[in-house]
Amino acid sequence: MIEFRSVTKTYPDGTHAVADFDLVVPPHRTTVFVGSSGCGKTTLLRMINRMVEPTSGTIEIDGESILDRDAVRLRRSIGYVLQNGGLLPHHRVIDNVATVLRLDGVPKREARDRAMEVLDVVGLDRALAERYPSQLSGGQQQRVGVARALAADPNILLMDEPFGAVDPIVRAELQTETLRLQQELHKTVVFVTHDIDEAFLLGDQVVILEKCAQVAQVGSPSEIIENPASDFVASFIGTERGARALRTKQTDRGTVLVDTAGRTQGVLVEGAP
Amino acid sequence: MTWVLNNLDLIGRLTVEHLRQSAIPIMLGLALSIPAGWFAFRFRLTRGLLLTFVGLLYTIPSLALFALLPPLLGISFLSEVNLVVALTIYAVAIMTRFVADALASVEPSVRQAAVAVGYGAWQRFWRVDLPLAGPVVLAGLRVTAVSTISLATVGILIGIDNLGYLFTNGYQRQIVPEILAGVVAVVVIALIVDGLLVLAGRALMPWTRKGS
Amino acid sequence: MGLFGDAIAWIFSPDRQTGSLPLSEAIGTHLAFTVVSVLIAAAVAVPAGWLIGHTGRGREVAVALSGAARAVPSFGLVLLLVLVLGVTHKVGASTTAFVLLAIPPILAGAYSGVEAVDRRVVDGARSVGMTPAQVLGKVEVPLGLPLLIGGLRSATLQVVATVTLAGYVGSWGLGFYIVQGIQIRNFAQILGAALVIVVLAVVLDALFAILERLVVPAGVSARRAPEN
Repeated sequence: MIEFRSVTKTYPDGTHAVADFDLVVPPHRTTVFVGSSGCGKTTLLRMINRMVEPTSGTIEIDGESILDRDAVRLRRSIGYVLQNGGLLPHHRVIDNVATVLRLDGVPKREARDRAMEVLDVVGLDRALAERYPSQLSGGQQQRVGVARALAADPNILLMDEPFGAVDPIVRAELQTETLRLQQELHKTVVFVTHDIDEAFLLGDQVVILEKCAQVAQVGSPSEIIENPASDFVASFIGTERGARALRTKQTDRGTVLVDTAGRTQGVLVEGAP
Repeated sequence: MTWVLNNLDLIGRLTVEHLRQSAIPIMLGLALSIPAGWFAFRFRLTRGLLLTFVGLLYTIPSLALFALLPPLLGISFLSEVNLVVALTIYAVAIMTRFVADALASVEPSVRQAAVAVGYGAWQRFWRVDLPLAGPVVLAGLRVTAVSTISLATVGILIGIDNLGYLFTNGYQRQIVPEILAGVVAVVVIALIVDGLLVLAGRALMPWTRKGS
Repeated sequence: MGLFGDAIAWIFSPDRQTGSLPLSEAIGTHLAFTVVSVLIAAAVAVPAGWLIGHTGRGREVAVALSGAARAVPSFGLVLLLVLVLGVTHKVGASTTAFVLLAIPPILAGAYSGVEAVDRRVVDGARSVGMTPAQVLGKVEVPLGLPLLIGGLRSATLQVVATVTLAGYVGSWGLGFYIVQGIQIRNFAQILGAALVIVVLAVVLDALFAILERLVVPAGVSARRAPEN
């Protein structure tokens, strides 16, 4: 469990990134921070592994303040996936994945063996292990980034817009893969995105943020769609348009769902799931 | 300080000479490096050859270059022409790479847009490519100007009077303030010329100024 | 090409192995001055440059320094230091001048190498729990090495040229032949020495060019391999 208590972040030039933020991130679930760019969501994420230090307030992991822990040790115990992979270009794939293990003093052979197993977990061909990051596709690089974050078997996984830079087809593939991984591994995942569809797809708990990381609404995707807390939320998630503003229409073959522009978006299936 | 005050005439005269000797190579360097840099930028084959060649020219120490030029060009060793030609070679060597990099720094989308709206190749080069390459060309010109002014002092070794005269004369007569005055004068005029180039760049390329 | 013939003859004349300054000794001294000065300068400038690049502090000072250094006439600096430190300490004074001239390009190479490393890579290295020293040692230094070697390359060429000019203050190095040749109007000697200097500079430059390629970390130069 991760707990934010009255966390604020003010940069030296006076800009407020986060103002008085409180939140409980439940364990073994995926929590998604979603909001427009500049809403402070990445700052919140980076405060969890002390890449950014809060100006005031505390963040606790399982009841222990992270400010009492050594920042470097803390980061090694938390997996972090960056938008562009942030892989070391001069290290082979396998050594990138083994980085944290090697930093923790695991012997090279053992670290590489364990890294190989992680490649299997994230669905990367072992044949790619000896390649360099520049020799991989964007989607493959992103999987290496996930593998690196998982290699030391951390309880917490932070993902900062990890699929923002890949094309839509690969993104959908990686999203599915993330859901599968989470079903197997049950990590405490904190995920940042500006894509509300991605947030609803991956999140058990979705946190919609306005400027300065003000919480507009927290809840499960269903709760938010069924009961938007404000006009801001309704507009942000798009309940007035597209595939989230549907009405039924009777046809000869049954009931279909139609959006505000009159385009058919789906078929109403009778019976509970 | 006394030495400087007693010899202001000399310093002034040498400074004028120095500026005159430096100005020709700087301007020639700019004029020659624009076509050379364009060739290096435009054609892949000439790029490798040209840039290797100018790189090689640049590695030749100045005193050795003074010795090489007379038999190659049929000029006198102890002459101002020798100094000016040598300094021009260094200027071209520095500037060509800058011009090639400058042209490469122009956004391809801008170049394509220029073609799309109907610029011919010649017009496009002068009205789009070169102005947009301007900031990097200016950076190269600043490096060239400062290096040329500083390097020109070596001319005294082949008998050409400029601020370098204060070095050898001061050394022979063991007058520390004289050498120091020479070094300071060279640095000061180099920095003044550098500053003037920055101002000229702002006047000629108003779009590079930071918005207010 | 008569003069070039005379110059070649001067280089390979048996007289070059004897006399007050044998050619081999002049080359040796020239190289020794260059190597020692560049090494001393590197010992100072490399750690400083890495620190500047890593912390971002003092960057303006380093930029201004390397810009202003270009304006300092190297010949004047040598003569000034020899006169100030005393003509009896010509070797030390000249070496001091060479070191001062070598520092700015090496400093620039070291800090710009570290600075040029993709910030996202550095971010990634921090995020997996590397200490600042590990980020510098495992990521910034190896990835910045080609630019550092480039800085050492400029510094070396600068010093080779300045040692040549220092032939004016002492009967050492290859520059002395030229200075002496001008006094006695021996153009074969001037051109012969100049040719040796050019070869020396070009060989050193080529060695650095090779080294610059060798230190590019594998993976950075690697292009995408064909999919299999």
